[in-house]
Order: sequence, then structure tokens, then C-alpha cells
Amino acid sequence: MANVPFSDDDPRTRLKSPIVAPGHTPATVTDKISTVITAETPKWWFLGAAAAFGLLSIFLLSVGMLFYKGVGIWGINNPVYWGFAIINFVWWIGIGHAGTLISAILLLLRQNWRNSINRFAEAMTIFAVACAGMFPLLHLGRPWRFYYLLPIPNTFELWPQFRSPLIWDVFAVTTYALVSILFWYVGLIPDLATLRDRAKNKFAASIYGILAAGWRGSTKHWHQYEVASMLLAGLATPLVVSVHTVVSFDFATSQLPGWHTTIFPPYFVAGAVFAGFAMVITLALPLRYLFNLQDFITDTHMDLMGKVMLATGLIVVYGYAIEIFIGWYSGSPYERYMLLNRMTGPYQASYIALFVCNFVAVQFLWSKRVRSSMLALFIVSMFVNVGMWLERFVIVVTSLHRDFMPSSWGMYQGTIWDWSTFVGTIGLFLTLMFLFIRFLPMISIFEMRMILPEASKAKKEKH
Amino acid sequence: MPKDHDSFERVTTTSEGRVTPESSYEAPVVPGESMKSDPKTSSVPSADSEPVGLRVEDVRESLVGKSGPEYWRSLDELAGTDEFAELIHREFPQMLPVEGANTSRRRFLQLMGASLALAGLNACSIQPEERMLPYTKQPEEIIPGKPLFFASAHPHGAFGRGLLVESHMGRPTKIEGNPDHPSSRGATDVFDQAAVLDLYDPDRAQIPQERGTLRSWNGFAGDLQNLLSAQRGLQGEGLRIVMETTTSPTVLRLVDRIASELPKAQVVWFDPAGHGLARDAAAAAFGAPTHVHYDLSAADVVVTLDSDLLTEGPGAVAYARDFADNRRVVEDDHHMNRLYAVESSPTNTGVLADHRLSLAPARLERFAVALASALGVDGVNGSADSDVQAWVQAIARDLRAHAGSSLVVAGENAPRELQILAHAINASLGNLGRTVRLTAPVLPEGPAGAEGLRTLVGDLERGVVDALFLVGGNPLFDAPADVDLASAMERAPLRIRMSTYEDETSLDCHWHIPMSHFLESWGDVRAFDGSPMVVQPLIQPLYESRTPAQLLALILGDAAASDYDLVQETWRTQVSGNFTRTWRRWLHDGAIGVGTPGTILRSVDTSAVARAARTLGSGTGTSVVFRPDPTIGDGRWSNNAWLQECPKPHTRITWDNCALMSPRLAESLDVSNEEMVRISAGDRQIDVAAWILPGHADDTITLHLGYGRTSSGRIGDGCGFDVTPLRTSDDWWRVDDVRVEGLGRTYRLATTQTHHSMEGRHLVQHTTLDDMHHGHGDGEHHGNPMHHGIDIDASLMPGHEYDGYKWGMVVDLSSCTGCNACVVACHSENNIAIVGKNEVLNGRELHWMRIDRYFEGDLDQPATYLQPVMCQHCEQAPCEVVCPVAATVHTDEGINTMAYNRCVGTRYCANNCPYKVRRFNFYQYADQKTESLKLGRNPDVTVRHRGVMEKCTYCIQRTQSAKIEATVKEIPLSEVGLQSACQQACPTGAIAFGDMNDSQSKVAQWKESNLEYGILQELGTRPRTTYLKRVSNPNPELARS
Repeated sequence: MANVPFSDDDPRTRLKSPIVAPGHTPATVTDKISTVITAETPKWWFLGAAAAFGLLSIFLLSVGMLFYKGVGIWGINNPVYWGFAIINFVWWIGIGHAGTLISAILLLLRQNWRNSINRFAEAMTIFAVACAGMFPLLHLGRPWRFYYLLPIPNTFELWPQFRSPLIWDVFAVTTYALVSILFWYVGLIPDLATLRDRAKNKFAASIYGILAAGWRGSTKHWHQYEVASMLLAGLATPLVVSVHTVVSFDFATSQLPGWHTTIFPPYFVAGAVFAGFAMVITLALPLRYLFNLQDFITDTHMDLMGKVMLATGLIVVYGYAIEIFIGWYSGSPYERYMLLNRMTGPYQASYIALFVCNFVAVQFLWSKRVRSSMLALFIVSMFVNVGMWLERFVIVVTSLHRDFMPSSWGMYQGTIWDWSTFVGTIGLFLTLMFLFIRFLPMISIFEMRMILPEASKAKKEKH
Repeated sequence: MPKDHDSFERVTTTSEGRVTPESSYEAPVVPGESMKSDPKTSSVPSADSEPVGLRVEDVRESLVGKSGPEYWRSLDELAGTDEFAELIHREFPQMLPVEGANTSRRRFLQLMGASLALAGLNACSIQPEERMLPYTKQPEEIIPGKPLFFASAHPHGAFGRGLLVESHMGRPTKIEGNPDHPSSRGATDVFDQAAVLDLYDPDRAQIPQERGTLRSWNGFAGDLQNLLSAQRGLQGEGLRIVMETTTSPTVLRLVDRIASELPKAQVVWFDPAGHGLARDAAAAAFGAPTHVHYDLSAADVVVTLDSDLLTEGPGAVAYARDFADNRRVVEDDHHMNRLYAVESSPTNTGVLADHRLSLAPARLERFAVALASALGVDGVNGSADSDVQAWVQAIARDLRAHAGSSLVVAGENAPRELQILAHAINASLGNLGRTVRLTAPVLPEGPAGAEGLRTLVGDLERGVVDALFLVGGNPLFDAPADVDLASAMERAPLRIRMSTYEDETSLDCHWHIPMSHFLESWGDVRAFDGSPMVVQPLIQPLYESRTPAQLLALILGDAAASDYDLVQETWRTQVSGNFTRTWRRWLHDGAIGVGTPGTILRSVDTSAVARAARTLGSGTGTSVVFRPDPTIGDGRWSNNAWLQECPKPHTRITWDNCALMSPRLAESLDVSNEEMVRISAGDRQIDVAAWILPGHADDTITLHLGYGRTSSGRIGDGCGFDVTPLRTSDDWWRVDDVRVEGLGRTYRLATTQTHHSMEGRHLVQHTTLDDMHHGHGDGEHHGNPMHHGIDIDASLMPGHEYDGYKWGMVVDLSSCTGCNACVVACHSENNIAIVGKNEVLNGRELHWMRIDRYFEGDLDQPATYLQPVMCQHCEQAPCEVVCPVAATVHTDEGINTMAYNRCVGTRYCANNCPYKVRRFNFYQYADQKTESLKLGRNPDVTVRHRGVMEKCTYCIQRTQSAKIEATVKEIPLSEVGLQSACQQACPTGAIAFGDMNDSQSKVAQWKESNLEYGILQELGTRPRTTYLKRVSNPNPELARS
């Protein structure tokens, strides 16, 4: 059974340090996590949620302006027809990936240390996909015709154009969003039942009760739950690879120097995991501090995530290196010019900053001391968050602004509306995140109970 | 395209009388519109998009729901308010109380009230009860949806060009050249193409006004009665008429009548950039008034001295065609002419030159004297500066070897003496009568430049002027700094202005009479060769406007004369036999069969030449030269959005003029690009933005006229810099010894091209005639090193079989002058919107075709290459595969099409287009509100909405209708006369477009040429638009040095 934790001495999962602080029993675990929801709302939550909602309002204003005036309010032009919208789309989609990786692949690989972070990592995935999914619609010239992109029966008898990677995107992203939501919701059911049982008022009890879908914790329920999780994990696993591969096709199948690159799929997937783990760290650190959850999200978790970041970061840097090598090796003057232009052209600063963020900053993670210093880890993760945004900026803008015909070369700059839309989606993300931490268990209660030492002891005794 | 007279006959229809959309209809009756029964008003657009005070809709709205006494009371109140009066002015100008009589005002308000009552009753949008009628009698020539073509002529400056104007249901929509007229031969220049937009310009003056009060023509005529009869007694002593120089026989006939009937009245000819210098130079050189034009078909060696022979001036279109025909090696690869351009200010002609030399004006004059001296022109002695002596010798030898088949042309704006010298050189080479044609003069006599104005100001100051007529032009704005027309004008008790716009000059006048556009009024004008043409209107005047001829007739006492009668009167006497029949023939042909001055032979006045040569060559310091702007001319086009947004040929700047200077001068002045500079001469000074142009002559600054307007209209106001304060009547075209200082501030100039090097990419390929003959640069891949070892047609998939039509295009780079006629033609044909300066700065211009300009070589004397780029219609189009909704697809005839309705605007296609020819509507650029602009659109082409991609379609509306015509008439396509808009407009015939499956077609033949190549073919796109390498024919003597 997938979710049955292994003993601590299982070599596959043996960790030098605990993933749950000693002294916890199933009851204390349940108490500690569910109290976050049942207790009085802390003051900081109101402040934080208000700030997040403020940013969300900026988003609504920006989108209103966008629909009223058109995409001209952004900085896009000829030749840089794609700008912040696509950069942000890829960035958000990438962030989502860590959640799926943690919940699906680490589940299949039986990395039970994931249990304490998978819930909010999955939530992060869904919220990030929500932010990401908005951009392809917003960036349309005629967003009210978005349904032309869907293969729905219509009187024109026209299908979408299936050769276009943008159509693949539509399928990939909607599939991804659906599977992620399902997986997350199924995983929530046992905990929703716990909250139903512990709810302090009738209203909350009935809402949680409806969402818990009649969960009573019977063996049959557990059995079906396990099967469903397994299946969904199996479904989600290829998505980790496929979604960002398809997103990378948006670029790789074009013929633009800087986009037309076969390394893009693996490089994008690694970049996504890299960015996703950075975001998980960025979110987990303040959360465990604020809710006093150091017992469950331990330094060991942080250390492990730091290692994943380092590994994927190195893959990304390998991607950069190969890009440079192929640029030279291809012999194509356009490729060569594109690389030279990235390194020495008008967007040189963003290229250098990209290397500082994604290459230099990550090297500190080789040090155990950095990985165990929460402040250092937080700073590195912020560097990576920025670095991965810059990477997409470099890919999108520096490739487009000088391509084949020097007569048409131009420059690109985000306008105030570009920034407000971007900041606005951060507001949307944070608003959803605040609602999530207030109303749903951000750590999987029952999975945490299962990794307690008692659980493994009980399991041993059964044998 | 060979001339296709049959098809021309077929589409051209003689128009007798006015052509107007209304004339064929039974006027539909619409309730609440009773005020609009006058057909003129029905096409009057709301002149003003600014919301002013009160609008009919608002009135209607305020009436909804009101009933009984309250309703009527509020209507009365409404009718009494100032806003209401304002509304009347704007919406129904013709119905205004014409003579201010109380009765008519009252009557008007009654009518208005009645109509408002109807409006109120109909406020809940009930369908009209009255019957609306279709045609009761089908007009003979009108097939709805099929355009008609009428021959006309475009008077631009003094001369005109023969045109065919396309008319859709009575509305002129597109201007083409008249293939049967020598001034056009089917082609046009950039101004001809843009002229149709001016007709529909919502900023045009619409109603005669007296000091801001709306009046009528008859009221004007009545008011003038006393003055005119008094002046008749005084022989017109107090009358002064300032006019633009014209060759119009009718206007000149009326001017002659004024001279005989009112002998003391004076007509002052004034143009900011006219032909006066050229006229005087010819008169001086040949000893008698002479009109000079050229025949480039016989010229094998052409030398231009500061002349934009091929793109500027009345003959440019004809010259460019002859020049290109005499140069094109794709059809005959042994004969090619040679062009030397020596110039102070970069010209399009210079771009095409085999040898271009930029020299400061004084150095250029010495060069010309040396050339004349080397050619042995009598009485001329002198030598050029030592660094260019080799050029003089080489060019002189080349000219001498081609005596009789060579041509030396000095620019019309060059000093009179330089022009005299050029005539003398031509005479000594025996070119007169061969490449240089002389005829009797066609321009009226009078002082050149601003001399006439100076005299007028003297008269005004002496107080002898009783009535000043300012007809056309914009003399107050264009007057030089030393001629204070503005304050002198105040001395004239009556100032009457006739102009298309209420411009700077109008503001200071008592009366403003709107001037008719040439597409809505009858007239005549002479072409560059002196042959007269009828200006035939295609529509009734949109507003209450008159022609200058009608104003002159009024002065002569005939206020009611129609423009039509005035023109006919001029010609009736010159025809023996049936005039009506002859007239019809003329209208059909677009040419008047009589009155063309014959060529004459004259000899050069040697002493005048010697005198001229002695005065040339002085001038020190930094010189400023003035030139008409390449896109807005002398300023008359400043409110034309197509021309404002059309990139200037050398700088690709739109919407502004600037101070052009060489890199070396900028360096020595420590001035950077787009920096404001102060140019001063004496006590005169202007501030203008600097632009560094490689290849500009050192120590010289070019300033283009026509910008800095303040009362031009919503398009032209606030664009660019007024440079006339630096001009004086003595320094009319050139000011020497100016001081220039950088001001440190920058002014953003909107260019459409910011990168000027090809970066080693073989986009424009070029070769020389010799190399071509000796096989260098040819070969399998036509010499493009990018294609070595690559099969550019390689594909795993079988190609599409084109068994019907297979469209294709070839552009001959050897003959593109970069005149922009194609760019504006494309605008006009395809309803392309303009975006404005800010959006050009954002890189969002919508031109479907652009002319790329690259520099190569030395910064001071670079080679300039031009390349028109439109959609290349790739066989393997990168845009098509990436469109998620199949909005851009390939037709089975090879055209890469756009389905605007389907486009959702992902813009991926534009990203993936290596040629960057796709254009996107980032905002709602197309003006969907201004009614008058809607009239001028091509009904065959969709007006694009915001959020939609657009691009060149190979004029698919034209290919489709040509196919239909060929099918219906069962004739081959080649007999239909299909041309794309750019191809049709091109003066040099540089664009070949058509069916590549037809081996006889020009495009198929050009595709076979060794010179043919496609750009970026190494990407495997297989473009359908390809290019012919630019071939030059350098003089070996100069090429060596």
C-alpha cells in the first residue's frame, strides 16, 4: 500500500534526523494541526489577508483596464509580441510543479518525509495554476473569443488547429489543473472529516461535512481512498513532466533563434521543479514560524528541499551551458548573434542577473550550514524565484527583440499595467493561500499520524 | 504589366456632369431627417468628434418620457439655449439663417422644432413607416459592388498628374495612375495616393465664414458687390490676389481677364517650394521664357546636381519609369544606364546612383563649375576641390562619351546659376532636343521665391490695398522671416481667404471660403510636359466649397459661374467641330487633345552662363538647406495621416521633421541624435531636433519644410518644427554661415527602423553589371553564402500541386527609389489604420509593407540599400503552423491568408514570422466613429477590429475579382490586367506580381532570372515574394580609385 509508511530503518527512507519532533502522539498531531483552523483567527492573518486582497484588487483593476482598452496597455510591440503575460504564465506554471512532484512522484517513491509538506505544496500548485491559466486568456487580443481555442462543436464546423503548440497548451494546462484539484481534494477528504468532527459550530460542521463526502473512516473507505490516491498519483506523475514539456514546446517548436532548441523540454521541467521548490521553501518558512509548526516541518525537510533545489538548479545551469555551446556549434549566424546579444546586448543586465540568481546563489546550498540556516535558505529561495522569472524574461524578450531582420529589431519594456497585472496575480495567489491556511488543514493530519514512530511500531507488531 | 488598353477602356466610364451617389437614387425618406433632404447635407459628416454642449441624442433622450405641456415647454427651452444654437451650427450648417434675417432664423427654428417633435415621437425606435424606395430605374453603369474608374488629374503644386480614380457607388476610394497619360503611365507618386484621404478629412473647412459667423457663398458674393463695383471704377487698384502658382489654363485665362479688365489689380504668385527658380533659370539660360522637361528614355548617363530627379517634382513619375526601363537588366542584360548623384542633401535619386557624392553646397557649386569647364562649356572656367577632381574628370569623360545621350540635371531648388550651368552643359553635350525637351513656357510670369510677397507687403504698408485675396497655399505660415506679412496684412481693410482648411492664414482673415478638393470639382491643369488635362470630379462637393477659378470669376463679376462652365469655356474656343463629343473623349482619356506646347530648339545665352558660373562656389561655414518634406511636401499635406505616418525615405522618421546632419558635423558640434539644437543666422533662430544621417554632406544641415503647424487640423498640429523663421527672401533655399549649438534636451523622434546594419545577413544582395556578365555572384544559390550546402527547397513531404493559379511576386531592387508610393497605396487599398506618433514610438505601426533601409560601408559616404518588404507568402509559412485557431491558412493558390473573424490575437504567428511583416491591432486603431472617413474606405476590404492580426494579402480582393472576371468573360487572366496595389503605384515598375503558372507573365519571367533570390531562404520558408539583386553599373574609372 502506498501510504503505509516504512519503518525508520528502511534504508530507502532512512534519514539522519527526525521528520517529526519527538514526543508526538496521534492525538497531539491532530490537535496541533486542527487547532490552527478551529482556534481564534490570529491578528496577523487579517493583516496579511487584507494586504493580499489589496493586491488582488490591483489585479481586478488591471484586468478591467485590459478588457476595456486592449492589450496595447502592455509593453508588447512589433517584434516583441509576447511579454509579461507569457513570462508570468511560464513562471507560475513552473512554480506549480513542485506540488505535483511532491505529492505524486515522492509518493510513488515512498519518500514519506513529504507528508508534512505535500498538502500545502499541492495547494500552491493549484493556486499557481490558477494564476498561470489566467494569462493565456488575458493575453489574447480578443479574449471574448477564447472558446475558439477549445475543441467544442460549433456551427462554423471549425476545429482548433492541432499543429499549434498553443492548443497542446490548452490541453496540458486544463488536464493539469483538473488532476491537481482532484488529487488535492481526494487527499483532503479524511482531514475534512476530522474538521467536521471537531467543528465548533453547526455551520462549519455542515460545510466540512458536505466536503468530507460522508467519510467515516471505515476500512472500506480507507481502502478506496488508497486506491484512488494511487491512481491519481499515477495520473499526475507524467503530468509533472508533460505539462512543462508542452509549455516549452510553445518556444521550442517555433523557429526563432533562442526558442528553437531541443533541450527545452528537460530544461524547462528541471527549471519548473527548481522554481517550485524555491516557492515551497519561500512559503513554508514563514508558515511554520507563524503557526509554530517546527515539529512537523522540520529542519530536515528544509535540508532536503535545499538539496532538491541544488540538484535541479545544476540541471538548469547545464541547460544554459548547452544553449551556449549549441549556439556556437550550430554555426548559424542567427543563433550566434542571439547569444552574443543576450550576453552583450541591451538586455545584458537581465542575463547576468539570471546567472547570479540561478547559478551563483544556488551554489551556497552545497554547504550544510546554509541549508540549515533558515534565513539563508529563505534568501536563496527568493533569489531563485526572481532568477526563474528572469530566465523566462531572457528567453521570451531577448529572443524576440532581435531575430532575423535587423530592420525590424526593437526594444521591450513592461509598462505599469504589465507590472500591476503581475503583482495582481501574486495577490490572487496570496489571497487563495490565506484562505487555504485559515480554512483547511495545511498539513495532512492523517498522513502525519502515520509517520509517527508509534505508527511504525504498531506496524511492526502486526508482522 | 504591359499596357492593357482594352481593360482600361472597359472600366473607364465617361462622366458627364457630376457623379454623385445620390444622383442615382430616389431619395429615401426617413422620419426625423427632413432637414437632410439636401443631398449635400446627407453626406456631411459631423465635423467634430469633440462632444460640444448638446447633442441630438441627448435631446432625444431628454424628450423620452415627457408628455403634454411639459414636453413642449422643454422643447422651446431647448431651442432657445446657446447649446442648441451650437448644435445647429455643427449638425446642420447649411440650414443656418443665411443672411441673418430674422424671418429665416425663425423659420429654421420652427423646422427644427418640428423635427425634434418627430424625433421625440420616434424615440422608442419604431421602424420608419414611410416607404423607402430602391432604385426605380437601374442606373446604366452602376453594378453594386463593382467599382467604376474615371480619368482625372491631380493638381499638385503648379502641375498635375493624370489619374484613374476608383469609385465605389459614387464615392472615390482609391487613386491610380492613368496608364494612357505620359505623366503617369499607370503609376503615381506618394502624394497622388494620399490625396483621396484629404477629400474625406473631417477637419476640412466646410462652410463660408465671416469672422466666425457661418455665411453662404451667395452672401459672400452679395457682400462683395459694393467693393467690386467700386474697384471696377478704379481698375482694380486696391485688389491684390495671392495665389499658388498654377498651370491651369482656366485659372490663367481668368487671371488674364483680370489683367485686362482690372489692369491695376495684381496677382501675386507665391509658393513655399515652387518652380520659380527653374523657370527663371531656363529663361536666363535660353534667353527667353522656356519650359524644360526631360526624356530619360534616351539618357544613358545621368548626372544629378542636388536634384531628386526621380521622386520629386511633376515629372518624377515619368522620369522614374524611363530611367528604370533604361536600367533594368533582367530583361535585357547588356544595356544599363549610369547615374551619378552629387548632392548636399540626401535624395532618393542618390540612393539609386551608381556613384553618389555628397558635397556641401558651395563645394557642389565648384564641382559643377569644374565639370562644365572640363566639358568645355563656353565662358566657364574653374576647378573643383582637389579631393573630388578625379570625380570631375571621370564624369566629364563619361558624359563626353555619351554626348547626345546624356543628361545633367540641377535641382529645382538649387541656385538659379547652378541650373543655368546645367542647361549649358546639356547644350554643349548636344542633349537639347534629345534628352532635354524645350517648349514654350507654361508657368505664369512673376518674381520667384518670396519676392512677390515682399512687394505685396510694401503695397500693404503704403495702404493702397483695399481687399486682399489669399487663395490656396498658406502664405502667412510660409512667409519668410524678413517679410512681415502678418502685421502688414492688418492694413488691408478686407482680407478674404480661400483654402481647404482653416489654417494659420485663415485666422487673420475676415472671410474664409472653403476650397474644393480636386476630386469634387472641375478644373484643368498641365502635366510636366505642358500637356493639359481635365480635372474631373467624382462626387458632388461634400461641403459648401468653391474652386479658385470660381473666386476669380466672382471678382470678374460672375458669382454664379460653375466650375464646370468655367473649364468648358476655356476649351470650347479651341476646338473646331463638335465640342461635346471632343470633350467626352477628353474626359474619357484624361487628356485634353489640344493646347500641348510643341518642342522648340533654343540656344544657350553664353554670356548669361559665364555670368552664372562666376557667381557660383562662394559660401562658407555651415550651411542650412531647405527642402520640401519627402512626405508632407511644403506642408500642404500636414493633416494627411497616411503621409504623416509614412516613414521618410532616409531616416524612417514619421510625424516629425528634424535637422539632418552628417556624423562628422554632429561630432564637431558635440550633438547627439534626437538632441535639440538651436540654429541661428543673424537674429533669426529656430530650435529643432537633430538627426545624424550617415551619408549627409558635411558642413550642411537639411531642414524640411512644412512642419510646426499650429492650425493644420487634428493630425498635423504639434508635429515637428517650424523652420520658416530661418528663411528669408534672399536666403530662400539656403542659409550660409549658421551657428548651431546643442541644447542638451532631447526630443523623441518616432522612427520605424532603429537598426541600420544588415549584420552580415544577406538580405539585400547586390552585384555590378560587370560581375553579372562575368558570372561572379551567380551560380546555384545565386551567391547567397547562407545557402551553400543547403537545399533550400528540401522537404520530406511532397509539395502542393498548383494546377490553377499560383501567385507570386518579385521586387526589383535595382529600380526601387524608395518613394513610398507603394506604402501609401497599400494603406489606401487595404484600409490600413494609422496609429499616431506614440504608437510608432512603441513599435506598433501597421504598414503592411515597409521599405527597409540599410547602410553599408563608410560612415561618411555609405552605400544605402532599400528593400520593400511585405508578406513573403512562404510556401512553408512559419505563421500558419503555430496559429491555434487556424486563422491564418494557405490557399490552394499559394496565398497566406488571414481570416480576421477567426483571429483571437495570440500573436504567435507574428513571433514566428522571420520577416516580421505581421501587424497587430493592439488597440482599436481603425477609426470607427468619424463618418466622413468611412466614405473613403475600400468596401472590398474588412476594417479590422482591435485584437486582430493583419498583414499583406497580395491584395486578395483584387486577385479574387480578377479571377471572377476572367472566368465570367472566359478570357485568360493576363487580359484582365490584375495588379497589386503596390505594383500599380510603383513609378519604376519595380514590382512584378501575378500568376507564376503563366510562363508569359512578367513575374514568371523574373523568377527565372539569375538575379532572383529570396530572403532568409535558408530557414526553409520558401518565400513566394522574392527579389532581384540590386545591380549597379559603376564607372570603372571611379570604381578603381
